[in-house]
Amino acid sequence: MSNMLHGSTFFCMAISLFGYEAGIFLRKKLKIGIFNPLLVSIIFVIIVLKVTGIDYDTYDKGANVLSYLLTPSTVCLAIPLYQQMNLLKKNLKAIIAGITTGVFASLAGVWVFSMLFHLKKQFYVTLLPKSITTAIGMGISEELGGIVTITVAAIVITGIIGNMFAEGICKLCKIEHPIAKGLAIGTASHAMGTAKAMEIGEIEGAMSSLSIAVAGLMTVVGASIFYHLY
Amino acid sequence: MKFIRQFLIIILISFAGELLHAILPLPVPASIYGLLILLAGLQTKVIPLKAVDEAGGFLIEIMPMLFIPAGVGLMVSWGDLKPVLVPIIVTIVVTTVLVMGVSGRTAQFVLKKEEKKDE
Repeated sequence: MSNMLHGSTFFCMAISLFGYEAGIFLRKKLKIGIFNPLLVSIIFVIIVLKVTGIDYDTYDKGANVLSYLLTPSTVCLAIPLYQQMNLLKKNLKAIIAGITTGVFASLAGVWVFSMLFHLKKQFYVTLLPKSITTAIGMGISEELGGIVTITVAAIVITGIIGNMFAEGICKLCKIEHPIAKGLAIGTASHAMGTAKAMEIGEIEGAMSSLSIAVAGLMTVVGASIFYHLY
Repeated sequence: MKFIRQFLIIILISFAGELLHAILPLPVPASIYGLLILLAGLQTKVIPLKAVDEAGGFLIEIMPMLFIPAGVGLMVSWGDLKPVLVPIIVTIVVTTVLVMGVSGRTAQFVLKKEEKKDE
């Protein structure tokens, strides 16, 4: 049985999709934010892998088509962006102000906490790119001498938090304007947050995807400046 | 058939993004180059919206699912993560809320000021 699972082409994909569906089902039934489909499927898959003894590399081979589609899917974020182009041009000032202050808050926040916890410089630079999209974040971490696997973990945890609590945080901070909401979610929690913003609304989704690209590029410059501060 | 052609366009753009990523010495991922190419194409009408919207809509809809493997990857980095888990989690949680608050409130402040000016 176990051997069959290890050699299966479809088992890993099946448990990923099943975990996701289960998450959607739980959220619908229980209406609790913690049952986020992404989080539920991640936990479900890890448990199944531990129980069956399948290692991550084997899993990754089976579920590879998911990672494969990530680039084309990110490319397609240009579509909502294009559809909201007039909105973007009209609110250029607010967009630039929101993303710039957000990127600064992220870098400064990591700086302050790293000092509070007396983290080694290596961990500090590892955390600097935590709010931005994985691909750019990995590049920055590597460039500055961080630990790339932890950077990826930090980015994923940030994304899960953004995806799960975006609506609550916006409510708490009284962020009601759809444009401001989208900018906040995308700047704080990259593509995983954007997936949530897409569910909230078209404007939110478009602004959030815009923020991924802009915040990512700003962080490339910002992180290299903050690198010298620690 | 329409679906195949739409998918082809999206994959070709992804490939172009990959090429740019390989050629240019910037830490910008292929997907962001691709996003900019598609946006430029749509904006200049070289690529009509109709040529990509259905396949594109599907890809955007399934997007949250595509992060499952990255999340499961936590399993692998767990060993590195464990000794610094508490400070890192605190930093991540607080700064994520902070960034969302700061960026959203700033944007909202500017938006409301502009709206008042328009009236």
